[in-house]
Parts: sequence; C-alpha cells; structure tokens
Amino acid sequence: MEELKTELKEKIIEALNLEDMSVEDINDTDMLFEEGLGLDSIDALELIIILDKDYGIKLTDSKDGKKIFQSIETMAQYITEHRTK
Amino acid sequence: MERCYINGMGCISVQNTFEGNFLEHPIVYSDTNIIYAVKPNYKAFIPPAAIRRMSSGVKNSIVASALAIEQAQVNELDGIITGTGMGCIQDSEKFLEKMIDFNEEYLTPTSFIQSTHNTVSGQIALKLKCNAYNFTYVNTGGSFPSALLDGLMQIKNEGKNNILIGGIDEIADYTFKLYQTIGHIKKDNEESYHILESRSEGCVGGEGSTFFVLSNEKQDQTYAEVLDAHLVNKLKKEQLEGFINNFLQRNNMNISDVDAVVLGNNGDVNFDTYYDEAERLFKSNSDLLYYKHLFGEFMTAPSIAVWIASNVLKEGKAPSVLYKNNEKGSDSIKTVLIYNQYRGKDHSLTLLKNV
Repeated sequence: MEELKTELKEKIIEALNLEDMSVEDINDTDMLFEEGLGLDSIDALELIIILDKDYGIKLTDSKDGKKIFQSIETMAQYITEHRTK
Repeated sequence: MERCYINGMGCISVQNTFEGNFLEHPIVYSDTNIIYAVKPNYKAFIPPAAIRRMSSGVKNSIVASALAIEQAQVNELDGIITGTGMGCIQDSEKFLEKMIDFNEEYLTPTSFIQSTHNTVSGQIALKLKCNAYNFTYVNTGGSFPSALLDGLMQIKNEGKNNILIGGIDEIADYTFKLYQTIGHIKKDNEESYHILESRSEGCVGGEGSTFFVLSNEKQDQTYAEVLDAHLVNKLKKEQLEGFINNFLQRNNMNISDVDAVVLGNNGDVNFDTYYDEAERLFKSNSDLLYYKHLFGEFMTAPSIAVWIASNVLKEGKAPSVLYKNNEKGSDSIKTVLIYNQYRGKDHSLTLLKNV
C-alpha cells in the first residue's frame, strides 16, 4: 500500500504538472480538492484517466469520485480493492 | 474620425524585451537556428494554480498583456484582439502525442482545452473579467497585421476607447523539427546571426508574445500614432512598388516622406528578394532597419516590428544593431513604415508616426 501511495503521488504531480511539489509535500490524508491541494474539476478528469489507464478502473458514477478522490489514502484503498491491472 | 495611439506595450521575446529597455544589451544567437524566448518571472503575474496548465505562449502572453495594460493605465478594455499563426501548438502536440501513445483512448482534457488558437485571448479575458469584443485571427503571416487592422478600425471607426491587441507564437519541438526537415527553418549547422549574408533556404525560427494597448487619446506615455495598416495575401515582386506607393498615397505621403523602414529580412534566399526590392525603393531617402537577426522569424513577428517602430518613434532614433545600411542613422525619425511578408505571401504594411 505504501508503494502504491508513493506511485500515486508521482503520477498526480506529473499528470497535473504540479511543478513546485514533491512526493514529500503531499500527506496521505491531505484533501486533494478545495482547501487541500486545491485541485479542480479538470484535475478530477485527469484523475479518472489515471484510474482507467493505469489500474483498469472505470468510474461511471460521479458520486463515487467524491469519496474516492478525497485523499491519497482513499484513492490507494479503492485502487487496491478494485484494480484489474 | 478618431486617431489611434499606442499607449502601452509589453513584449516577451528571445531578447530581454520585458525589462523595458530598448535593445540596450542585445543577445546574439549565432550557434542555433531555433531560438527560445527569455522567460520572465511568470509567478509575479499568474496564480500558481493557473500557471501549471499554461504553455509558454499563453504564459508569455499573460505577462506581455499585463505589462501593456499597466503602461497604458487603463481599467477597462473595449476589446481583446489577438493574432497567432500556429496557436497553442505545444498543447496540440501533447494532445496528438497522447492520442497516438494511448491508441486514441484516455484523452486527457487539459491539453485539448488549451490547444485552441483563441486560448490566449480567452485567458486574458477571464483574468480581466472582460466581456467585450474578443477575436483571434489565424492567417499565418497575416495574423498579427489582421489583429492590428481590426484594432485600428475599432478605434478609428467604431468609437472604441481602448483595445488590446497582440501577436503570439510559440515554439513546439516536433513541429519545428518538421519545419527544419522541409527547409522552412535553416539546418542546425548554418550560421544564424548574419542573415543578410545568407545564401541558403529557410529562416531562423523564433517565438514571442507582444501586446499593445491602442487608444483614442494621446497620453504622456504614448509611444506612437498608428496611421494605417494594409495587407494582401498574394503579391508579385514587380507589384511591390505599386503596393507601397498606393498605400503611402492614400495617407498623403510618398516614399521620400518615410524616415525609416523596418524590413522583415529573415535570411531565406527564396523570399528575401522582396526586401531587396523594398530596399531599392527606400535606400536613398530612409534609414533601413531589420530585426529578425535578433528575434528570429515566426508568423506573428510583425508584432515585434511594431514594438521596434514604436520605440524608435518615441526615442527618435534606432540602435545601431538594427541598421542595415549604416551604423549611424537619423536622430529625428518621425515616420516609420513596416513591411513584412511570410514566405512570399501575406504582405503587410504598417505606417506609424511620432506624437
């Protein structure tokens, strides 16, 4: 799980072009949206693509996204339980 | 009919133009034929959350437009008009690369959103919360002259007070490699700076974002007055003299009334002959200036020419590094004509005078 969390942080930094951030700057329980990392709806689309492309998870209900994308912790938990690749 | 003044300018280019000086310490690029813009401190102008999605052309344009607006001291714009030859080509490349890499699946939205040609004018409008006229011209070498002509008409004929115009193009690595392959940009081993002595095909590729605030009122900081602008898509070399004469005559001028001409020589042996013809017409009466040995060529390079002409008119003279015909020119330049063409097409003339 720890390895997956680090991998996710690296992917998010690259995909969202968070130039000034490193893996160490993102805590596992930090909120990804709003007052946390401050991501927005376009970033959410990028996260959905990461889940699909890299872990074989297709999200169809936007309500699921709200729970899954709360933090690195919740993302890693969901990926571990639902990944197909 | 109103008059049209340039009251503010901002220029991000391959020279240190954003620092406000007029080519006091020009950078000489002699070992490369693709030259990149000198980056300003973007973070002083753009919030971090927004900056991460922007390509260099968008970032340069946000900064250049902010500088122009600050200089002109305007609070409200009546229009934002941009010209771009290739648009946000960096994001177009990213988007297309991902389509290929991911077999047309998993298309990420950011590059697609930012890849459109009107991204810059849209981003500036969003930043300023400006709902006024917003237009982007995409006509290769005619892109910026079209934006300028539109801005000029908005001021002179439509009664508008302040219009922001700009010319934007950015280097995208893959596209520029293709330009080198087909001979539009010189090969790597050809000398770039001495373009007047060039005997080879292609130009030195550059990039830049240059913005101007056009206004109907002259102010203390006004650089110049824009008298007229004209462009045609096709023109034979033997038609150039008539093209220039007709343009000057409609402004009640003739060739001897032009103090300085800014020519767009770019070192391409196939097309610089147009500038040879222009030089023949003006060399006995006017100072002959060129600039693409310092700035490189790109489709909206005429915006750099307007930036140069405006500075020349404000100071009354041009730095020696811009002179084609002699090192020391006139100290009282009052009228400047800009002539540009892009690969033998999109011929444009812009006439400016001092204030």
